[in-house]
Amino acid sequence: MNHTYAPLHLTRIATAIQAWQGEIKACDLQLICHKVSSAGGRLVALWARDMRADGFMLHVLLCDERGLLCLNLPLSDNEASFPDISRIFPAACRMQRAVYDLTGIRAHKAQDQRKWLRHAAWPQGSFPLRKDFVSPPPCRGRDRVGVDMGDYPPPDHPHLNLPPYEGEEANDRSRTESGTQPQDDYPFVRVEGQGVHEIPVGPVHAGIIEPGHFRFSVVGEKVLRLEERLGYTHKGIEKRFESMSLQQGAKLAGRVSGDSTVAYAWAYAMAIESIAHLTPPDMALWLRGLFLERERIANHLGDLGYLGNDVAFSFGFAQFWILKEQVLRNNARLFGHRYLMDVIIPGGVTAGIDEAGKKILLAECELLEREVRLLQRLYENHAGVQDRFSGTGCVAPKLAAQLGLCGMAGRASGQAWDSRVQFPCAPYDKLDVQMATHSNGDVASRVMVRFDELFESVRLQRDILMNLIGGDDLAYPLEQLSANGLGIGMVEGWRGEVMVAIHTDDAGRLDRVHPHDPSWQNWPVLEHAIMGNIVPDFPLINKSFNLSYSGHDL
Amino acid sequence: MRNPDQILAIVFQLTQLLLVVLAAPMLTGWVNLCQAWLQNRTGAGVMQPYRALNKLFHKDAVIADNASWLFRITPYIVFGCMWLAAAIIPIIAVDLPFSRAADVIALVGVFALARMFIALAAMDIGTSFGSMGARREMLVSFLAEPALLMVLFTASLISQSTQLTHIVETFAHHEFVLYPSLAFASVAFVMVLLAENARIPVDNPSTHLELTMIHEAMILEYSARHLALIEWAASLKLFAYISIGIALFLPHGIVGVGNWSGLPLAVGLLLAKMMLAGAGLAVLEAMMAKMRIFRAPEFLGTAFLLAVLGLLIHFLLGA
Repeated sequence: MNHTYAPLHLTRIATAIQAWQGEIKACDLQLICHKVSSAGGRLVALWARDMRADGFMLHVLLCDERGLLCLNLPLSDNEASFPDISRIFPAACRMQRAVYDLTGIRAHKAQDQRKWLRHAAWPQGSFPLRKDFVSPPPCRGRDRVGVDMGDYPPPDHPHLNLPPYEGEEANDRSRTESGTQPQDDYPFVRVEGQGVHEIPVGPVHAGIIEPGHFRFSVVGEKVLRLEERLGYTHKGIEKRFESMSLQQGAKLAGRVSGDSTVAYAWAYAMAIESIAHLTPPDMALWLRGLFLERERIANHLGDLGYLGNDVAFSFGFAQFWILKEQVLRNNARLFGHRYLMDVIIPGGVTAGIDEAGKKILLAECELLEREVRLLQRLYENHAGVQDRFSGTGCVAPKLAAQLGLCGMAGRASGQAWDSRVQFPCAPYDKLDVQMATHSNGDVASRVMVRFDELFESVRLQRDILMNLIGGDDLAYPLEQLSANGLGIGMVEGWRGEVMVAIHTDDAGRLDRVHPHDPSWQNWPVLEHAIMGNIVPDFPLINKSFNLSYSGHDL
Repeated sequence: MRNPDQILAIVFQLTQLLLVVLAAPMLTGWVNLCQAWLQNRTGAGVMQPYRALNKLFHKDAVIADNASWLFRITPYIVFGCMWLAAAIIPIIAVDLPFSRAADVIALVGVFALARMFIALAAMDIGTSFGSMGARREMLVSFLAEPALLMVLFTASLISQSTQLTHIVETFAHHEFVLYPSLAFASVAFVMVLLAENARIPVDNPSTHLELTMIHEAMILEYSARHLALIEWAASLKLFAYISIGIALFLPHGIVGVGNWSGLPLAVGLLLAKMMLAGAGLAVLEAMMAKMRIFRAPEFLGTAFLLAVLGLLIHFLLGA
């Protein structure tokens, strides 16, 4: 144990990466967070758990260069609030608001107490992740799109008579009690001044993309402020996990955010395996690395194409997407699924590779290296494209560090964090991954980091294919987990670190599963990246981050 | 109207009107097809715009509750303006009855009328995108219009007339002369054509990103037949602009009214020129990325400068 954050007694979590946990008291939370923050550490995730006989438990997952640190803060049922840490870690703000919306425990004296994930799907004062939560009433009578819902839910439904939390607007309650769907009157921050006006964008967009609302305060074309409103794709994934078996859970984890299915499935499997004290076969670990790098390759190819498309350079778009399609088809042909869903399961993997498959992938490596090299030169020498990319959507390294920007976007702003490099689990411990970083923090930097990582992933894929030796075993059987366990899995997905935390109950069943997407950290930074830029550059800046809605909204 | 010459002129006028309105979507389809080829894609074929129009005409229109009559009539006015413009320009024949109705300055006015209505309609429904698009459209067009006028003046000075018919007759039916002033004007004209038809690098006709749109942002609220008319009008506008370009810079082959024997050649040459221009447009667009919106003034300023240079060269060299 080499963590020295007194007053903390830590125990090692038996997972593939370095992780410790320790129980703390409420009064120590801010102190420890402060120490971690000033030592260069950052916040990874924050979630709460209903253990009602013993109250609630708040979990704060921090990270420094030595590994992960999970702080467990028990909260008694009747106080149900915890010290606000959003002043130390700004990224905690939305996580704290989500914790309140889902479990009803509030960050004490936090500046922003607005709802975050709750729209109108469940009423004020009921909390889905509490164990006594009854299936939610979607709406009553005629809903807003004009579908007649009849008498559902019945007037005596328990959620319709819950008292509101103090400080919430009273009219929210009165609408709920009168039986109609509460309006989603979310108080946006207003910018005052001569010539300032608002542009509301979304949640329904002109193109086919995920829903999110963006409120721009602009003067002419210049953006003074952007405020995001997310949560439109809240599907109740965390609640759904509670009733699932291990295998069903693996399937659901792979669907938290479709573009990161490998990362989520691996993080889930890693967490399960850490509770079961099981190490998968060598072959499976190598293959997991292969799948993850292929996911990174496919997504970076797609994004590079989209970035070309966003500046109306459709030649680049078409070429990158031809390459991406090639990768996806090889996935389907060799592993049975274009996006590699369900190839990683707790205990191992479901798809192997033979000599013919290796040949196909090695040929693909060559094709990618050749073609992407050409396309990179094309992007870099195209005056029009470079004019749009350079200096657009700048996040300076200092701001990035302050806000906790992570993952690929973080590395483009000088935040040298890559869990494949810092906390290498098998097979990365044998691969010597080179981290790609840039310090300008603009769209051009994020493009360059994508190119660098793409080439590195192709190199890794080749290395893995060369080293791919091991038994024929693809997976070890895994049926039962130990009771009351905590498992943590963290994987460097293409967007950033994907974390899954799993708690088991007395019988070793899934009690609470918390998947965490790096988008939680990066969405708030996007609000800063657009400031001072012009409105038509927003889609480009947004795409250069390409954050997940589904992975964030859960 | 008893005069056989006049009847013949009307027949020619109607032929041109029908030809233009029916062929315009094919030009758009051709440009899209060329673009697809340049991107290693198969493309949807030149008939795709007709299928899209057909689909739109069969849909029910959805209109915002607070839309006024302005919003409803704008598609018809815009379509009418573009069709009228196509009637004025000598596309297959000179000296058509309509061409006497307006000279090049009035033609620019017809385009401006359509633009004014579409911008007003965009603001009429009160969405932020409509106003945003209208405001950007005005920024682009008030810079493009003077440049276009300068181009037209250069040609007018050479032919001593602002009538397109006379301009075409001067260039097409006299001995072949190289006009250095027209070389400058033609570059300026291409730049204006890109800006006025919402093409790359000023706008992107195929974008789905509402925040970057100019023309598309103004028509976001239109659907069904209204949208079909606006899309069709956009095709007509592109066709009309390329026709102006042909009339100014490559008028050879345009016949006089009543010249039946020359008509097949005129139509054939028109087809060839349109295909060439469409392919050229696709190549230009494939090579460029979209500019930041505040580069558009620089771009159009350059167009204006080139057009003025053309004028000056005409005065200096007399050619």
